[in-house]
Amino acid sequence: MSGHSTVERRGPSGRTTALGPVSRSGQPTAQASRQPSVRTSTRLSATPPGSAPGRRRGGRISRLLGSSVVQGVLILVALVWITPLAGLLLSSLRSEQDNATEGWWTALTDPSQLSLDNYSALLRDSGIGAAFWNTVLISVPTTVLVVVIAALAGYAFAWLEFPGRDAVFLVVVGLLVVPVQIGLLPVAKLFGAVGLFGTIAGVVLFHVAYGLPFAIFLLRNYFAEIPREMLEAARMDGGSEWRIFSRLVLPLGRPAIASLAIFQFLWVWNDMLVALLFADTGSQPLTVALQSQMRQFGSNIGVLAPGAFLSLVVPLVVFFAFQRHFVQGVMAGSVK
Amino acid sequence: MADTVTVRPPTVGSAADGKRRAQRRKRRLAVVFVLPALLLLGALVVYPVLFSFGRSLFDASGDRFVGAANYAAIVQDPATLKAIRNSAIWVVVAPTLLTGLGLLLAVLTEKVRWATAFKLVLFLPMAVSFLAAGIIFRLAYEQDPDRGVLNAAAVAVHDGFDDAAAYPTARAREGHGLTGGAGGPYTTTSTVRPGGSIGLGFIGVAPDALPAGAKAAAGPADAAGASPAAGTAGAADSIGGVVYLDFAPGGTGTPGRVDPGEKGLPGMTVEAVRDGRVAATATTADDGSFRFAGLADGDYTVRLPAANFEAPYQGVNWLGPALVTPAIIGAYLWVWTGFSMVLIGAGLAAIPRDALEAARMDGATEGQIFRKITVPLLAPVLTVVFVTLVINVMKVFDLVWIIAPGPVQEEANVLATRMWLVSFGGGNDQGLGSALSMVLLLLVVPAMIFNVRRFRRSGA
Repeated sequence: MSGHSTVERRGPSGRTTALGPVSRSGQPTAQASRQPSVRTSTRLSATPPGSAPGRRRGGRISRLLGSSVVQGVLILVALVWITPLAGLLLSSLRSEQDNATEGWWTALTDPSQLSLDNYSALLRDSGIGAAFWNTVLISVPTTVLVVVIAALAGYAFAWLEFPGRDAVFLVVVGLLVVPVQIGLLPVAKLFGAVGLFGTIAGVVLFHVAYGLPFAIFLLRNYFAEIPREMLEAARMDGGSEWRIFSRLVLPLGRPAIASLAIFQFLWVWNDMLVALLFADTGSQPLTVALQSQMRQFGSNIGVLAPGAFLSLVVPLVVFFAFQRHFVQGVMAGSVK
Repeated sequence: MADTVTVRPPTVGSAADGKRRAQRRKRRLAVVFVLPALLLLGALVVYPVLFSFGRSLFDASGDRFVGAANYAAIVQDPATLKAIRNSAIWVVVAPTLLTGLGLLLAVLTEKVRWATAFKLVLFLPMAVSFLAAGIIFRLAYEQDPDRGVLNAAAVAVHDGFDDAAAYPTARAREGHGLTGGAGGPYTTTSTVRPGGSIGLGFIGVAPDALPAGAKAAAGPADAAGASPAAGTAGAADSIGGVVYLDFAPGGTGTPGRVDPGEKGLPGMTVEAVRDGRVAATATTADDGSFRFAGLADGDYTVRLPAANFEAPYQGVNWLGPALVTPAIIGAYLWVWTGFSMVLIGAGLAAIPRDALEAARMDGATEGQIFRKITVPLLAPVLTVVFVTLVINVMKVFDLVWIIAPGPVQEEANVLATRMWLVSFGGGNDQGLGSALSMVLLLLVVPAMIFNVRRFRRSGA
């Protein structure tokens, strides 16, 4: 791994705490809490040095042949991976009639089939448009709340002394694997009692609670890597804990916070299960609105395909805009 | 800041006092920092676990304590058992395939220059929601080969090996020289000798169901004459003829005769049979004509084998009861392969190059290097990928919910979907539903212990 500018931020013990993908031998991991290794290793462009073709002299011809076979296989795999997505996109641009009679691939030779009619019809129909905004109204506040609450707690678990700190932290880590399904029924009753059932606030609160264990775990480990001297110097200078937190810890933690925020946003944006139960028709996000259309699958591809594509656009934009943080976030979040 | 208090040396009493006060302040501050998180976790995560456990000991209405009866019901209820079986299939198959596939692709991508682009493509589905992935694959798995891309490919491959045209609806005109039931085979009632010719009329093929290349049929009578289509001046050792659609649009033709406007049936397999043995085989041309050449003298019957009348291959019923779980696992692979590949690729990049080079110097083959060096060194990463996937697979819900069509939902159910159906989807047995969610939790606990121990070992 190449040395990285974040190396000096490692804790004095050089400890590398991680619950996720980490190996004791110091192999790279997808753990955003280990700054140096993560940033180099989970980049998609992690081509190791010396892996370029032709590093060995002998058997160049067989190597060349082998490499073209490998290239062929990989091109084929990539095509297989692209095809379903292309199918959705093209289907979403064709009329209901075309979709019912012929496959979407006929549009490749006959582009005149394609039009944006489905999309304009979809946006005119208030249901899907409203659901899109509900999705935004659910995922943005959830992301902000998770980051803020987890950053506070993570800092406290890492740097504030209080009795039972490590035990409580372990319990929080343990909660990491409580499946969302456990919470559905009890929290539904709870929300029903306080009037949160069927509201966007209810969906948000549920998501925040189930996002917290991972978020706290991630940020606490990241914050713990901040050198003690740095914090102590700030305390000597008379900075209050609030000041230290907001002026020192948060900026230093930005890489981990970015990964966390992207992961959390994506998680909630793509969720269906939680909203299926906790949202009513007025507060349902895109995923729930679309799944209710699945029953008549086949006759309403003109709604489902553009709807699904609409729900994809935001994650795809995030993916391409923040590629590295995206991969780190997804990798780190996979422990969830 | 608090520490500065103790630096001042006033009276002992007030120093201790100040220290205590400072400590109290610090604690209060810590509580403020942690409290929002703990409140939410307590109310919405810890309490539900306890509640679910308690609720799982009561019956459907929640009034009667039934002890472990709900847990016993899990293993007695056939639908729930099926969900458990499916979950077991998922947990074994999906992580294994994903780890293997990820390893394979990670090794292969090391050998190409455009690895970054490739990884990008495979990682892309991680951004896609399971709902969208479900819709994408419902489209791809569509049964009709004219609509579902997978069956279109399956049919194309199948027909590539077996391209005979088939006329599943065709049947012979009654009383015009052919016997045989619907679906074939058909045989001529009279025999024909070399040098002769024969016309075989069929009906029941819609004009638009004819292959695109079908041409107007050449009359068998012409075959005796000078029709170029049926061969010139009936060679003495051959039998010519035509298989045609004995129906012209407008219905003006005479049954049993090739009339103007009637078309040949191309691609039919025709056999000349003598004494029960096939003496020659031919395939009809675009105008429906065929010719058996080089026949010994004798009486032949002409037969059209049943294969001509088989329904065309329609592809695989992906979402039928038999294949629905493998099909959904396939969609899951599409989403998660990029994850496992990127993670394993990161591990691969960290393997010391000199170890590999040294092995190569010693003459080890790439296969040996892979098995003896790469895989053992990657074992920790592979374990992490596998465990992570097990946790995720255990909780899979959306994909099954979306892809499985209503009628086969029961065949595709996994624990999470079954739990939903029992608790909310009409089952309304919250006792059993809570028991199922507890089972789900218990199944994830080993993975949790694995993760927490790994976490503690690495020095928390």
